[in-house]
Amino acid sequence: MAQRGIREWDAKRLIVDNIDFPLTHDMALIRPHSDIDEIRKEHSFLSGKLVAKPDMLVGKRGKHNLVLLNKDFDECVEWVKKKRSGPVRIGPAKGELTHFLIEPFVPHEQEYYVAIQAERDADVIFISDQGGVDVEANWDKVKEIRVPVDELLKEEQVLEVLKQPVIAKFAAALHKVFADLDFVYLEINPIVLVGDKVHMLDMVAKLDDTAAYRSKEKWDGVAFPAAFGSTTTPEERYINELDSKTGASLKLKVLNPEGRVWTMVAGGGASVVYADTIVDLGFGEEMANYGEYSGDPNQELTYEYAKTVLDLMTRHPGKPKVLLIGGGIANFTDVAKTFTGIIMALKDYREKLIENQVSIFVRRGGPNYKEGLERMEDTGKVLGVPVHVYGPETHMTRIISMALGG
Amino acid sequence: MNDYDLYDKNTQAIIYGSQVNAVQRMLDFDYLCGREKPSVAAIVNPNRESLVKVFFSQHEIMVPEYKSLEKAAAEHPEAHVMINFSSFRSAFATSKEALETDSIKVVVIIAEGIPERDTRKLIALAKKNGKTIVGPATVGGIKAGGFKIGNTAGKIDNIIASKLFRPGSVGVVSKSGGLSNEIYNIVALNADGINEGVAIGGDRWPGSDYLDHLLRYETNPDIKFMVALGEIGGRDEYEIIDAIKAKKITKPLIMWVSGTCAKMFSSGVQFGHAGAASGADEESAQAKNQALREAGVIVPNSFDDFGEKVKETYERLKAEGAIKEEELPSVPKFPVPLKEALSTGMVRKPTSFTCTISDDRGDEPVYAGYTISEILEKGWGIGDVISLLWFKRPLPEFATKFFELVIVVSADHGPAVSGAHNATVTARAGKDMVSALASGLLTIGPRFGGAINDAAIYFKEAVDRGLTAKEFVTEMKDKGINIPGIGHRVKSVQNPDKRVEILSDYAKKNFPSTEYLDFARKVEALTTEKRNNLILNVDGCIAVVFLDLLASGNVFSESESREIVKLGYLNGFFVVARSIGMIGHIMDQYRLKKGLYRHPTDDILYDVQKMD
Repeated sequence: MAQRGIREWDAKRLIVDNIDFPLTHDMALIRPHSDIDEIRKEHSFLSGKLVAKPDMLVGKRGKHNLVLLNKDFDECVEWVKKKRSGPVRIGPAKGELTHFLIEPFVPHEQEYYVAIQAERDADVIFISDQGGVDVEANWDKVKEIRVPVDELLKEEQVLEVLKQPVIAKFAAALHKVFADLDFVYLEINPIVLVGDKVHMLDMVAKLDDTAAYRSKEKWDGVAFPAAFGSTTTPEERYINELDSKTGASLKLKVLNPEGRVWTMVAGGGASVVYADTIVDLGFGEEMANYGEYSGDPNQELTYEYAKTVLDLMTRHPGKPKVLLIGGGIANFTDVAKTFTGIIMALKDYREKLIENQVSIFVRRGGPNYKEGLERMEDTGKVLGVPVHVYGPETHMTRIISMALGG
Repeated sequence: MNDYDLYDKNTQAIIYGSQVNAVQRMLDFDYLCGREKPSVAAIVNPNRESLVKVFFSQHEIMVPEYKSLEKAAAEHPEAHVMINFSSFRSAFATSKEALETDSIKVVVIIAEGIPERDTRKLIALAKKNGKTIVGPATVGGIKAGGFKIGNTAGKIDNIIASKLFRPGSVGVVSKSGGLSNEIYNIVALNADGINEGVAIGGDRWPGSDYLDHLLRYETNPDIKFMVALGEIGGRDEYEIIDAIKAKKITKPLIMWVSGTCAKMFSSGVQFGHAGAASGADEESAQAKNQALREAGVIVPNSFDDFGEKVKETYERLKAEGAIKEEELPSVPKFPVPLKEALSTGMVRKPTSFTCTISDDRGDEPVYAGYTISEILEKGWGIGDVISLLWFKRPLPEFATKFFELVIVVSADHGPAVSGAHNATVTARAGKDMVSALASGLLTIGPRFGGAINDAAIYFKEAVDRGLTAKEFVTEMKDKGINIPGIGHRVKSVQNPDKRVEILSDYAKKNFPSTEYLDFARKVEALTTEKRNNLILNVDGCIAVVFLDLLASGNVFSESESREIVKLGYLNGFFVVARSIGMIGHIMDQYRLKKGLYRHPTDDILYDVQKMD
């Protein structure tokens, strides 16, 4: 739960639907299974000159040759087909392009820049009459207006720094949408005027997804796509689903399915420290997953979480593997209780654990940790799986070097 | 209280939310620290107003629980901290109310998942009103030896192990609640323990941040050096660096920024905390660690050698004379909660009650070893349930069907009998159903219904002693006792009681032996010679057939049979059966809306002595 990027298509739709400003915006989203003929029938603007670009949280599309300008719809469809024919590398990320945004091509001269960024005590409005691809180079021309968190941007404030009444009116209306819909970041670059009509040509937006409980209706089915190149596996989706249904927290990211080092760490902070230490010790390439469970999850949840991890880690027998069941000294989580779910899962996977030559290292403190550790140790003996247990007297991350022979 | 403290040994808090466990943990800490007053003044629970019992030392005290913060604050103006356990949905409204309450100076917000805009509004409000927020998304903080927020630092064993019951020389700030507790332990293992620690919470916009607390620690003369754990994302560390450059922070600071592994992830990963996302390069853990190191902060090489840096710094300050090692005060002997001691097998406790018939502690109730699912699967009925709960064993079908037969024939005997009459009169007096039923049931005794048990006692004794029917009748006559179970007000030899026929026919047909019934019939033959209404009545018939049931097969031993008769089981059948009828009569009166009954005076002979 945090700040999440949304598609340009969703962002523009939300703004058009909610803004108190005369604004229309023609656009069509081509999804993986969209019927091209249906789309053609639905949108009359597609008979004109168009712009096409992928809509999947990819930045700097112009520089990566991912914007098609001033073409007709058939040419756009051809281009889209070509772009989605195989994996594409953008910066460090590699993935498939699946969603494309088609909009009218708008010839224009002056390009404006409007962005809003949520900061601790204010929403900061960045505004410039020298927008476009070179806005960063011209950053000294960008004006900054700080609007305290419980106030709204006024037209007059904009006019003081940029003498363009339409843009000023639009910016004020835009900030109201930003505040009402729990946006945390919004950047329109460029925004152009044709006569008095505003055109939002390119947009990046983020919503605060913790507001979902009260903004769901206003968001009207908005999607939170994963970052480009980061595909979600069914197991990750399953854990996401469990996470969304409980007050506790469950997270799982598979990094290298054939890695030797698997973790099941309690706590949002501790899990990062474990991952750091694995990388520091030179086992980054062998680190199979990142994940955490916290907030006192019940026995059923820890059982499901542990089963998912154990299933993933026992799919590729070969090199011996280690499982780090780590964590700090819990404040209030009953360690023995959360271990009960994990122990149930270990019993289910006994044969596979042996087949995969898994050894388990446990380090944990907190309420009833002694009982929890004893039960883990006993389980290891019963199952015939090597289990080594440590309490608060052992430094939290020491089990990593013990397990990996560092 | 000192300016640099948010709370101390005398601070009292209001807890928002029904969190008795957290309150108990705070009070346990209080006791270890030797606090005079408990650290919790009141609880706010929108659903209930009451007094909550918790232990303060060995003894229980009552903490008042109010329905509103307004009332709690009015009654306890000295409580200046509110610890808010409300959910992420309501935390904004309740925290806002607290920040607007004059007597509350510090608001701790536990909930995770509050929308950022709401948190930012709270931060603005706190700033305007000159108040401090700790959290959201935190477990809280702790002033060693003084005041502990909610569930911070867990249970007593950890508080003792991490030396949190008295102040040390180190100030700690971290985002993570779990890791803060870990660091308190590291500091206790490698130095003299913490003086104060705060977990500011994992959200993007903590209500108070690293610098706010480090600056407090800077002015606290008891804090000799500081430890902080940073996290990937955000720019807080650069604010700390600016403060060091401006000489606002001069005490030694050990800090490590976690998240150095992020370079392994090709696309952005959202770590466990909402604020922990890799953004710009300068927000990376490596960049921040490097910048801190350059600013003169003591930065370990990894989390692994955090403890060594703490030890080095502590030893250095001790050598310089800045820190004097003090002996740990003795810890009062802490009573183990009974529940905990029992669960670990440390103690044993005699029980006050015993139950040998049923067990409700499992997934479903168990009656004498049979779960209710099993009972239903077997198609057992009310007669079998009576067997299990009254006799602690399943009985053969001829017995359980007999129980059901007794219930059917005894369920009602019209409105005129004394039990139904009393129930009816009580119902008509406007009393509730249970009172009316009780009034009817209380009529059951030696003359109404209770004759069954007496009949069983006499007939059993007679048969067991080997008396003939004639000897028995004579003996009873000599003693001047009417034989219970013999005689009827209306029925007679010529006008037999149909119920008696049904019951004895059933016994004759289904029971292995009817020795007692046969004996009773012989007695009846003698008594009806004298008067034709001295027949075996329904009470007597139930009694003797029941005696035959006890003697049948090898289900009950002789001593069990005797005990069953003596304990009055037989009245139980009548009570169960007749309750059905009485409830019917009571409901009938309610349905008919019958008013209060008053007996006509012309039906009463008034024969009161007249005074001269």
